[in-house]
Amino acid sequence: MTTVERADEAVRPGDWLRERLSNALSEFTAAAALIVLFVALSFASPHFLTADNLFNIGAQTAVIAIIATAQTMVIITKGIDLSVGSVAALAGVVGAMTVRDLGFSVWTATLVAIVIGALAGLVNGLLVTAARIPPFIATLGMMSAARGLVFIITGAVGVYGLPESFQLLGNGEIAGIPFAIVLTGLVAIGIAFLLSQTQFGQYTYAMGSNLEAARRSGISVGRHLTTVYVIAGVLVGLGGMIAASRVNSGQPNYGIALELDVIAAAVIGGASLFGGQGRIIGTLIGAFLIALVRNGAVLLDISIHVQMVIVGLIIWAAVYFDQYRRRRLESRG
Amino acid sequence: MSTTSRPEPTTEPTDAGAGVPVLEARGIVKRFGHVEALRGADFTVHKAEVVALIGDNGAGKSTLIKTLSGVHAPDEGEIRVNGRPVRFSTPVDARQAGVETVYQDLAVADDLTVAANLYLGREILRSGPLGRLGLLDKRAMRRGATEALSQLGVRVPRVTTPIAMLSGGQRQSVAVARAIIWATNVVILDEPTAALGVVQTERVLDVVRRARDAGMSVVLVSHNMPQVLEVADRVEVLRLGRRAARFQADQATTDDLVAAMTGARATQTEEP
Ligand SMILES: Nc1ncnc2c1ncn2[C@@H]1O[C@H](COP(=O)(O)OP(=O)(O)OP(=O)(O)O)[C@@H](O)[C@H]1O
Ligand SMILES: [Mg+2]
Repeated sequence: MTTVERADEAVRPGDWLRERLSNALSEFTAAAALIVLFVALSFASPHFLTADNLFNIGAQTAVIAIIATAQTMVIITKGIDLSVGSVAALAGVVGAMTVRDLGFSVWTATLVAIVIGALAGLVNGLLVTAARIPPFIATLGMMSAARGLVFIITGAVGVYGLPESFQLLGNGEIAGIPFAIVLTGLVAIGIAFLLSQTQFGQYTYAMGSNLEAARRSGISVGRHLTTVYVIAGVLVGLGGMIAASRVNSGQPNYGIALELDVIAAAVIGGASLFGGQGRIIGTLIGAFLIALVRNGAVLLDISIHVQMVIVGLIIWAAVYFDQYRRRRLESRG
Repeated sequence: MSTTSRPEPTTEPTDAGAGVPVLEARGIVKRFGHVEALRGADFTVHKAEVVALIGDNGAGKSTLIKTLSGVHAPDEGEIRVNGRPVRFSTPVDARQAGVETVYQDLAVADDLTVAANLYLGREILRSGPLGRLGLLDKRAMRRGATEALSQLGVRVPRVTTPIAMLSGGQRQSVAVARAIIWATNVVILDEPTAALGVVQTERVLDVVRRARDAGMSVVLVSHNMPQVLEVADRVEVLRLGRRAARFQADQATTDDLVAAMTGARATQTEEP
């Protein structure tokens, strides 16, 4: 009937660029911060740019990146996984015991660690979907329960006495590239593909963006959400195994406060705690950044306690930035 | 924009001779605990018409809509689609029967693109083994979305724009378009323009008219009487969980509608 046209409804040429930029803004910012930090550390410490240290950072990044990838998937669904540190420790410890006490190979142990992670993820997922417990509380419970299990099965003593081969995932290399980095690359590519190119990925973003809309679209959100937690658990199990492999032992205290590092990595990289947003490329940058902060702090002799303060500040800044971005976007609506 | 206002209200039912209704509800009863939201409600939708469903707050409009779209199972009564009795236990059942609904608040996923929203839950997958792995055919969906939106006259910057970057009117238009694209029988819109300005409202109503002209049936829940008379072909009035009156839109006035809603002149328009 009427063809009233008004400026606010018209197509603006600048929008395309703005759209692209706002999508990648956190990734650009994080990448810039990463470069600045890298250069600064090169100047600040003579030990930074050594082959050994870079290898070390690589392995450190690998564990954070793999577990942060898991965290990113959960965050995209508007969830959060606080249990990653405990579950990683459980997986690592059980993996180590599989080799030491049962005499299985490191491969079998890795598989066992992954299954442990998947089971923990399944429980998390069912608590969230079937029992309708909010993710924060569901995974907080798992954080405590899994850590408790670790102490029970190890008697609070580290699992030592492992063969050299146990170090394969954490300290081995293929053609000069750390094995852990190769694994991280495979995981990142696989999950990035899953999220961006498949129906599963589409549903993951949709559920985090508007759960009710997803449900009414006929998506079986319960099953789907549970699957996300299971996949996340698989990655956490793998990450825990790599971490154990790096120190050639199963450490019952491993991964305490790890959730902070990986949540920070995900949010720095652009994942939104409000759900529906997040990309693996951003998470990788975030993980690298966090690993650099940790490594730099050690090189510069900054105490672990000061590091804790720094990580807290980083989390606040990243989340503040995220919600600031959201608000600006919404005020356009 | 013209508001019809004729002095004489009509009293006769208007579905005589119009063939089998595309969607029909008979004697629907829905109780929530001891609250009886619907007390034997009837409702009729014919092919290629816009029916407005109006009524006072709490009259049961949303409840009726929800039984027609599979959200609530009715306690009593019958729903027919093209004359065939149906039973919707989930919204998916209703959609499979060709009935699509746009709820006022939760129509779209803001972080997804326009195209992704149009195809949400019905993604086009690649052909062959890649498709069986769940690989999306994004290009086909972009093309389909562009085509469908231009047919309905919905203007958005690009189908790759996230919904969050659209204006309220564009957003609502996308939600309405989505329902129209997939519906084969009826599109139900629960207050689709309640939050919109004049221009944006006109946009959405324009999409509704186009769909009607293309043969779609549309149910429009609205509290805006001039709008109801402007866009609807027929009006059905719900009061206290029952159908209180039916009007031919071009023969009714705002006063008639209000009277029927409040029961002030109910005798005139009461169903037999
Ligand atoms: N889920 C529910 N549980 C309990 N009572 C309900 C529920 N949904 C609706 N009701 C009751 O049913 C009656 C009809 O509500 P309904 O939402 O269908 O009215 P409406 O016509 O859509 O009103 P409005 O114009 O305010 O949207 C009201 O008394 C309402 O309180
Ligand atoms: Mg209502």
